[in-house]
Order: sequence, then C-alpha cells, then structure tokens
Amino acid sequence: MELNTEEMLLNMGPQHPSTHGVIRFVVKTDGEVMNAAVPDIGYLHRSIEKIAEKATYNGFMPWTDRVDYLAAMNCNVAYAMAVEKLAGIEISRRAEYLRVIAMELNRIISHLLAVGSLGMDVGAYTPFVHALREREKANDLIEELCGQRLTYNYARIGGVIYDMTPNWDKKVLAFLDQFEPLVNEFDRLLTDAKILRKRLGGIGVVTAEDAINYNLVGPNLRGSGIMFDLRKDMPYSVYPELDFEIPVGTGEAGALGDCFDRYNVRMKEMRESVKILRQCFERIPAGEHQVKVPKKIRPPAGDTYVRTESTRGDLGVYLVSDGSDKACRVKFRCGSFNAMSIVEKISRGMMVADLIAFIASLDIVAPEIDR
Amino acid sequence: MTLEHIQRKLSEFFKGVPIELVEGAKNPVSQAQTGDSCLVVPADKIKDVCKTLKTIEQFSFDCLSNLTAVDRKDKFEVVYHLFSYKHRHSLTLKAILPREDSAHVETLEDLWGCANWLEREVYDLFGIKFDNHSDLRRIMLPDDWIGHPLRKDYKEEEDYHGISTTRPSLLSS
Repeated sequence: MELNTEEMLLNMGPQHPSTHGVIRFVVKTDGEVMNAAVPDIGYLHRSIEKIAEKATYNGFMPWTDRVDYLAAMNCNVAYAMAVEKLAGIEISRRAEYLRVIAMELNRIISHLLAVGSLGMDVGAYTPFVHALREREKANDLIEELCGQRLTYNYARIGGVIYDMTPNWDKKVLAFLDQFEPLVNEFDRLLTDAKILRKRLGGIGVVTAEDAINYNLVGPNLRGSGIMFDLRKDMPYSVYPELDFEIPVGTGEAGALGDCFDRYNVRMKEMRESVKILRQCFERIPAGEHQVKVPKKIRPPAGDTYVRTESTRGDLGVYLVSDGSDKACRVKFRCGSFNAMSIVEKISRGMMVADLIAFIASLDIVAPEIDR
Repeated sequence: MTLEHIQRKLSEFFKGVPIELVEGAKNPVSQAQTGDSCLVVPADKIKDVCKTLKTIEQFSFDCLSNLTAVDRKDKFEVVYHLFSYKHRHSLTLKAILPREDSAHVETLEDLWGCANWLEREVYDLFGIKFDNHSDLRRIMLPDDWIGHPLRKDYKEEEDYHGISTTRPSLLSS
C-alpha cells in the first residue's frame, strides 16, 4: 500500500511557551521532517521608533527598556551613548563604571534565563528552577540599585540616575562569591548531561559564513566560531581597561555552530561577567554619577550609529537629529530580528522537535524582534 | 581604511558616477565632529557599488550591519551601514530617493542574506519599494494595513476592522 506523503501545513504559536514570546511559525512538514519553518512576526510591534520621534530625548529613555526587556540596561545605555555621542556629552568615569556594572549584572540575569529556559525546552526542568532562583537574587541587587526589577530605566543622558547605595558593592561581591561555584553546578546539571548534548549537538548548525551573511551577532555569532565581541574589538566605555576572555564555539558536542555551541558560549560568558564585575568594584573611582546637561538636549543636526554588545549581541542605535529637542529618527538594530531571519533557511530538513531547541539556542526575545 | 580612501578607490572603479563624501555633524561650540560621515551614492548605482565593496579584497565588506530609511520630508534617505569582519572597518552609505509613493531602489538580498528582512521592514514602515526583491510583503503590520507609519505625514486610520484606534482620555470627563 502506498502512503500518502503530501506536505502538511502546521501552525505553531503565536501563543506557545516554546516560542519565547508572541511569535508564529508556519511549519511545512512531511512527517517529522520539516521542509521549512516560516516565521511570522509583528504580533508585538508597538512602533517604539515612532514614539521616539514624539518624545524628547530624555523622555524616550523608559521606552528603551521595552525594546529588550531581558537586557533593558543594555538598551538604556546604548540609547544614552548614541545621544551623548551626537550631542558631544562626556560622562564621568564613575558613571561609566556604574553602567558597566549594571550591564554585566544584566548579562548574568539574561543568560541565566536563556540557559535555564533552553534546558526546559529540551526537557530538563530542574536547572530552570535553579536559574530562576539565582536570577531573583541578582534582580534584588538591581532593584536596590535603581528601584526596578525588569524595566530598569537606570541610564540617563549624562550618566546614571542613582549612585550605589551604601554597602551595595559588598552585597554584589557576596552574590558573586556564591554564584560562581553554582555555574559549575549548572555545568554538571546541563552542560555535561548526556541527554542535553545529544539533544543539542549537531542540531541547527549555522556555519561561520551564514552567520556573517545573515548578520548574526553576539553569542550566536561566537557560537559559529567567530571571535568577535564589540567590547573587545570596537571597545567603548571602560571595557578596554578590563581583562576578560571571549568564549567561542568549539564544536565539542557535534558540529561547530550547533545549538550546543551557542548554549555553551552563554554559559562561559556568565563566568566572564563575574570576572568583569569583580574588576569593576576594585577600580570604580569616586566622583559624580551624573554630569550637568541642559534640560532640553538638542544635538546638532546629523546622524550617528552606535554599536554596543548587548546580551543578545550587537545592539545598534541609529540616531538622526534635525537640531530640535526631539529625535528625527531612532532605529534599533536588534540581534533577535536577524536571528529570526535565518530560521527559515536553517530549518529545512530539520525535525519538528529540533526547531524548539534551535529557537531556544538563538535566545530570541519577541519584543526585540518587533519593537 | 579611511572614508576618503574608500571614496577615492570607489571613484576609480565608477568613473563619472558622483560619489559624494558628507562630513558628520559638528558641535557648534567646540567644532569637534560628533556625527558620522558618510558616502552618498546615486540610488540607481547602489547595488553595483555594494557589490564592489563586498567583493574587492581591500574593502571586503562582508556584513550588512544595518539597513534603514529616514523620512526627511522632502526626500527619503536609505541608509546602509556596512562592516568588514576581515579588516574591522565600517562604512555608512546613503542613497537619496525622491519623496513619493513610487520611490524605489534595487534590493541587496543576493549580496547579504539579512537584507531580505531589513528591506521588508523598510518597505512596511516607509513604503519604499525594493526592485527584484523575492518576497516584498509587510513584515510588522498586517497585510491589509493602510499607510506606512514611519513616514512623517502618516495619519492613523480611525479604526481597523471596526476596532477603534483611539480611546477617549480618562481625564476629560
């Protein structure tokens, strides 16, 4: 008897826990194997870039949190840096250090959720709970610094809104002391687990050539073996003074650029962030956390493109000023958007269940795709 | 490679094509340059220029870092930010288009894969068409949406499928 083998169209999302937000995939399958998974985005489009044209430069700051709610600190700082560059504002060294401390804590927070939820997506529930427990502790520390746990609104044009509270540095260092050994525990729970390696190794392989062609950034790019980190290669803020390594994918679980490599880069990056944080607390100078800037900021007419290394990689802010107190155009170039555009290509010939591992390993955040 | 250098080399490749270097914004007090300088390329030559920039070894712009547009009220600017992983240099290119509904420019999707989605986003939000694009559909907004929101003269429709797009202020009554 002949089996009927016509292509089947399946709908995944937009409301589905494994899509990490409101995203829809149109999955064309032939049995368990996909011919393609076509992403359909835009469900969370709030036109943040249009809002930027209607708000003043300072007034837009809280909106930048909503671009990438898991790495709000990085979005704050990226936007502030773009305005400062165009307006020619130099901020104090203390403010630079406070920003880096906040950003690296944010990186740990975001990566914890990334690796935790990746574990859960492929069937390991326990590490997720451990990751969230550690994330809560880091959230508490950030809350003490700026008052919020998710949408921080901490950076200001000209510095940061608050200085550290007394003894906050000791609390963070105590957290790091207990957190660093726990990364090893995560390694035992997840990285060395045979099932996870089988589930991620050799799946969703993105070659270095494809990664550059589709402009994957951050851990997704480094997972494909390319040693590139804006903090080192196009340094900004105080990163040139700090000593840290850039982890890259090695292909140890199967192929270079597979899901495991992207996952492992994030795992290793948490250790580097701990290293950076310790150095920052040793070096942070005394001084003002905010420099005096005019109440109404009017950068000269022109444009600038500032690239920063966010948790999800290269976060570019393209800022155009027409000389007034409102931006003429602000564009956020986000890592998740480009990561989604490669899904259709990589998903060809992949198993349906592996699509979930692949999406999780890209660490996409839906609001960052749609803005 | 500096911008002047790239401009000089490009002018050698494209004789007779005006490739203009525009200096970035300056601080009115200190006169220090704060904005980015860029090259303005005729819109009908953008694909040829980008192909040269990608393939010639000394440029090697293997990455399209960003592609977006700006509505300047009297014209559209399509802005390309290129980056080279090989030489670690970057470049800003601009193509000026007339500000009309028929504004169009050649697609770059066969040079850089990421251009496909970035161009769809520009088409969706600005209404600029990309010639020979394989899949020029809206990406953020629904297919039946009217207008292009990031244009400066965009006016929101009163309703979308009977759903009001405004809500009365809670403070007015």
